[in-house]
This record gives sequence, C-alpha cells and structure tokens, in this order.
Amino acid sequence: MSEKKILLGNEAIARGAYEAGVKVSAAYPGTPSTEVSEALAKYDEVYAEWSPNEKVATEVAIGASIAGVRSMCAMKHVGLNVAADPLYTAAYTGVNGGMVLVVADDPGMYSSQNEQDTRMVARAAMVPVVEPSDSAEAKAFMKYAFELSETYDTPVILRSTTRLSHSQGLVELEERKVPEDVPYERNAAKFVMMPGNAIKRHLVVEARMKKMAEDAVSMPINRAEYRDLSVGFITCGIAYQYVREAMPDASVLKLGLVNPLPRKLIEEFAAKVDRLYIFEELEPVIEEQVKAWGISKAVGKEIFTVQGEYSANLLRERVLGQKMEFTPEKDVPARPPILCPGCPHRSVFTALKQLKIRAAGDIGCYTLGAVAPLGVIDTTICMGASISSLHGMEKAKGTDYIKNWVAVIGDSTFMHTGVNSLMNMVYNQAKGTVIILDNSTTGMTGHQDHAATGKTLKGEIVPAIDIPALCRAMGISRVREVNAFDQEALVNALREEVNADALSVIITQAPCALLKGLKFPDKCRPIPEKCKKCGACLKPGCPALTKNEDGTISIDETMCNGCGLCMQLCKFGAIEKIKAGE
Amino acid sequence: MDSKNIMIVGVGGQGTLLTSRILGKLAVGAEYDVKLSEVHGMAQRGGSVVTFVRYGEQVAEPIVEEGQADVLIAFEKLEALRYLHFLKKDGVVVVNDWRIDPITVVTGAASYPDGILERLKKERKTIVVEAMAEAKRLGTPKVFNVVVLGAAARHMTFSKELWLSVIEETVPPKTVELNKAAFEAGYQLSV
Repeated sequence: MSEKKILLGNEAIARGAYEAGVKVSAAYPGTPSTEVSEALAKYDEVYAEWSPNEKVATEVAIGASIAGVRSMCAMKHVGLNVAADPLYTAAYTGVNGGMVLVVADDPGMYSSQNEQDTRMVARAAMVPVVEPSDSAEAKAFMKYAFELSETYDTPVILRSTTRLSHSQGLVELEERKVPEDVPYERNAAKFVMMPGNAIKRHLVVEARMKKMAEDAVSMPINRAEYRDLSVGFITCGIAYQYVREAMPDASVLKLGLVNPLPRKLIEEFAAKVDRLYIFEELEPVIEEQVKAWGISKAVGKEIFTVQGEYSANLLRERVLGQKMEFTPEKDVPARPPILCPGCPHRSVFTALKQLKIRAAGDIGCYTLGAVAPLGVIDTTICMGASISSLHGMEKAKGTDYIKNWVAVIGDSTFMHTGVNSLMNMVYNQAKGTVIILDNSTTGMTGHQDHAATGKTLKGEIVPAIDIPALCRAMGISRVREVNAFDQEALVNALREEVNADALSVIITQAPCALLKGLKFPDKCRPIPEKCKKCGACLKPGCPALTKNEDGTISIDETMCNGCGLCMQLCKFGAIEKIKAGE
Repeated sequence: MDSKNIMIVGVGGQGTLLTSRILGKLAVGAEYDVKLSEVHGMAQRGGSVVTFVRYGEQVAEPIVEEGQADVLIAFEKLEALRYLHFLKKDGVVVVNDWRIDPITVVTGAASYPDGILERLKKERKTIVVEAMAEAKRLGTPKVFNVVVLGAAARHMTFSKELWLSVIEETVPPKTVELNKAAFEAGYQLSV
C-alpha cells in the first residue's frame, strides 16, 4: 500500500527528485528554496552538497549530467542570476543525464531584495519551465521535469514560489526508480561551446523550443477543465488554487508547462469561454504572449497586480465585484523582524554606531542593521556587493571619503561571492576596511554550513577553509580577528583600521545565537539601586530588555543569552553577569 | 464539510511552526484533506509570524484570507489584535494573555495598546488563557504554546485521544509527559 504523507512543497520537490532517481544535487541556501536540499540530503542514495554559490552549484549539476546521471541544483530567484552564465549555455549544450534546476520565486518579498519572475529569465535563456500548484504536484512535476529534460535534451526549470515551497499538503509516496546511467561519449559539437559549434547549437535550441511548444498541447501537465463556459481562467502555479477557491464553477486552463506555451490549446480554450482572464502572479508572461496571438478579449494585468501574492479575495473583488471590507484594528504597532537577543551583529553595529561609521551592507540577517535603532547600514544590493561597492566609492571619491565607511559581510556571503570582491580590492590597490561578520553559519536561511564551517550538507566533518588565512594569502597584511562581543576591542580595531591608509579586514567572531547545540548559561541581571535611568543599555534594541515605568530596566531571563553587550554599555555598573550555577 | 480554517499567530520564536505541524498531523489522522502555510526566513527573527491550517473534504488554497478564519490562536495578545479581521464574525479567538513588546515600542516609536483583551471580547468570542502561568506551574514556561493549543482544542473537531497521540509523536520523547500535561491544563482551562 502506498503511504500518504504531509510534506512541505520543498520536501515534495526533494521527494520527486529522489523517486526520479537523482544522483547528484548541489545548491546554495536561499529562502524560499533551502529545504529542497536539506530534505534531499536525508536520502542516503543521493549525493547532495552545499556549494559556495549558485553558479558553482549549477556547474556541478551540469558536470553530473554530462557524466550521465540525473542531476539537479536548487536556488532562489536571485540565485538564478548568479547561475545565469552556465544556464544560458547549458540550454545550448543540452544534457546527457536529465538535469533540473529548482528555482523558487518570492512574490511579496518575504525574504528577498527583489521580486523578479523566473519565467522571464527562462524565456531569455530558452529553457522550459514547469510550475506545480501544490505539494502533490511538486513531487509529480519534478519527476516529469526529468523526463522532459531527457526527451528534449535540455535543462528544465521547476519554478516554485514562497507560498508553494512553504505550504504543506498530502503527497503519495512512491518507490525510487533509478534509470540506467547514460554512457558518456565525446561530442565536442554538443559540449564544447566555441563559436563554430554554438552557432549550430543555437539552431537546435530554437527548433527544440518550437517542437516543445507543439507537443505541449497534449502534455498531461497542461489541462483544460471545462465547467461554466461564461468565464474562463488561464492560470498556473499557486494562483490556480485561488481560482478554485473563489470561483469553483469557472472553467480553467491550468498550465503546468509555462514555457513554452501550448498555443493551440490556449486558442481552443479562449474560443470556448465568453470572458477570459489570465491569472498569473508577478509578470504578465502568459498574458503578453496570448495577446500577441491576437486573443484580444483576454484580461490580465488591467485588473490584477504585478506585485505581491494573489489571493481568492483578489478574485472576489476584481472579478466578482464583491466588496471586501475587512478593517484591521487601529493603533496596532508594527512588529518587524529584529536581530535576536545575543546576536553578535548587534554588538558590532553598536560599535559602528558609536563611531558614526556607515556600512555598505550585504545579504543576511545583518541587513536588519539598516533599521532603527541601529541604522548603520546604508546599502544592500546583492550577495557580495558590500565589498565591491565600498571599492567603487573609494575609486570615485578617494581614501578620505571612505574613512567613515566600512563594508560588512557575513562569513557565508563572503564565501559565496565576497571573496571575489576582496581579490579585486587587492588587485586594484584599494584602501578601506572590510568587516567579515563571522558567526560560523549561514544564519538567515536557517543555519546551513558552508566551506568555512568545517561541515558538509551531509553532516561530514571536513577541513574548514580558514578565512583569516585566506585573506592573508591574498596579500592583505592587516587582517585582525576580534571577539564580536568585546566592545572595547571592536572600537579600537575600527578606529585604527579606518584611519590606516590601507586595505584591512576585521573578522568579528562569535557564533549565531540560534546555532544548534550552543548553550548560553550566563545571564545578565540589572542592579536597580545603581541604575541612573540613562537608557544607554536600551539603545541597541535587544529584545530581552524592557524599560520599567520608573525608568529602570528589566531583563527577560528566558531570552537573555548573557552576551554582555548591555553590561558593557552601562557606565554605572548597574548590570551584572550571573555565571551559570551562581 | 466545508473546510475548517485555523490561524496561529505569534512572535517569531514562540513555536508557531511546531503547533501548525501538530495540527497538520491531526488532520491527516482524522483522514481529512489538509494544507498548511508557514513563514520561514527573515520573518522568523522576532517578527510577527502567521501560520495557516486548513482541513476538510478537499482544500484548494493553503492560506486563510481576511474574514475566513474559524479559529484564531494567538500566542501573544497584540498579534491577536493584528489579525482579528481575519476571523469570521462567529469565529473564536483563543489568546494567550501575554505581552511581548515589539521593537517599535521598545524604541519609543509606538506604544503598546491598552485594553487589548477587552477590545477582542467586544468584537468576537474570546477565550483568554493564562498559558505562561500554567506552564510555569508545570515546571517550564516553554510548554505555554501547548497549553494554548489545549484551550483551542475544544473549538476544533478532533478527539482528545487523537490530540494526545499526535502530541506524543511530534514532541521530543523526553518531553512527552510534560506536553501532555500542558495540553490537559489548557483543555481544562477552556471549559
């Protein structure tokens, strides 16, 4: 008897890959895609790794495919930009063993710096895209994607979104079936993409996409559901569920293959329904093609938005004309995410704030240093950009200009692409101070290991890349390691380095407060008699501290990790650290 | 039956993910179709967190929208107020009488509203749970969320035996008895 299990969309994707017989998987963590690789790593039969970045991960998957096995990589939408270089050319070479890229978009930007639509990238790269709409389909489509990959000799993207990746639903588990490895034969015309070969391969890509578009008309993942013919929706992904929820009687053309599109199927559906809506989150990818074919009755972004997530209520309002009057309660203060109690970033940012130093920021929890009460981060662009943008500032305005600037980047982000930017600073004789916030993990995505932590995705203990030694090996002589919780040492190091006409790296070290297995037995405790009610301890915004009505403070002992930041900021000795057992 | 729509709201770190997983297993155990939706990533860092659970004959969307929730389970009272408009007019809010100041209040940019419980009671059927006190009485404040679940259990359709067996298979083995006691405490509170 088959087993039914409740699985996260990402776990279902991993299950599909497992059942499809995938042998190699590589990824860099990124919300909302991270759990795909974590779930896959639990299967002993699959080799799964964290790579330093998405470009490397994609190339690992390409290599495995060329060697003849089914392979995959997983990333968030912006990770696909990093992987764009191999992606565009892998479309030309095609595959040997099937290869699937799992790419998770983030409509609504729950945890991202932009809202780009992967289908647009896939159209530009001429790579087919399948898009499931719940956990059961996520598993099934993953298996189908491998079949498509091998049938049409192309890498295939399985597109997810935050809502799909992080929703759970029932999935029927099946056996793993491993296809036989495809033998490798040298084929330079296919795998050596120099101009003479690539010119010919470009034609292959065009012909392949044309053939797929024709075949897509009868693919089982594209499905016309005819009900009430007065209104029809063309939709895909999670948006399909909102149509079913709000208008269960409407006809639906549910597209599982969203690039290329099945033109004949769409024309047939459009002809049968009176009113036609295109209901797709983010960009009007389907809509623009449908309208270009002269189906002028189609209505899409005229009434639906290109921003954020869709909902059933959106349909009730825009299509059914129902008034959606839900008044949120007034005077409810916002509760934005904050750095955790005992977070080493808070301590480093407190020192920066004290010295009035601005920071070119990067991607990670430390982006929260941009908002009140810390407010030290001035820029956040993409992975690795802190170091290179600081470099650009110095080249634009000179060394004096960046005396009150630093770059801040996490250890995982440094290993991802920051290391390239630092090499550039060395090569081009830049000056400036780079802070590597080393908390021994990839924090924001939920604590994944990387090349400098000494542990792999499979849990193997391996030699860790030594970040200070790596920086010195590049030829940087001013490399300092500082305890991230030592305010005096931080302030001294910062003062010296920003004023030294040189390139320097300060590595601030202390583990993420949420890292598994860490215990924080020490607690900070206020001494109310000594308190002068100045509020200095409250300034970094530690959530464990609250101000009492009389102006003294309380420290929540269940939240406090005993990091001692508040204690160091108190000039009156009104906070003490209680050691474990005292 | 029409789907039953549950929302669990709280502050990142309060265990909303664990509790939604318990609800998911309950629905599977009772042989319903079920979908859950969670928030991961940055929003977990002390921010406002919301999790949706829907179960019934057949469930389409995995989220609960404004005006659609049958039960709103709130681990912190300001969060109950924030999501109150998601409740149906005849929906129930089960709220932990517990205050966690958001950073906007800590820094003085906003103030924590007075009289939240009264405001809730005025708008919807409200069950107030002193979960933290109950959990401390049982030995650790950590199980406060299971106390709240116990109180909410009376407003869902699962048998008490199913609740206890799902809790047993979900929580760490060492904490089974403690969590069962926490559930029982909450269950008795909401009589």
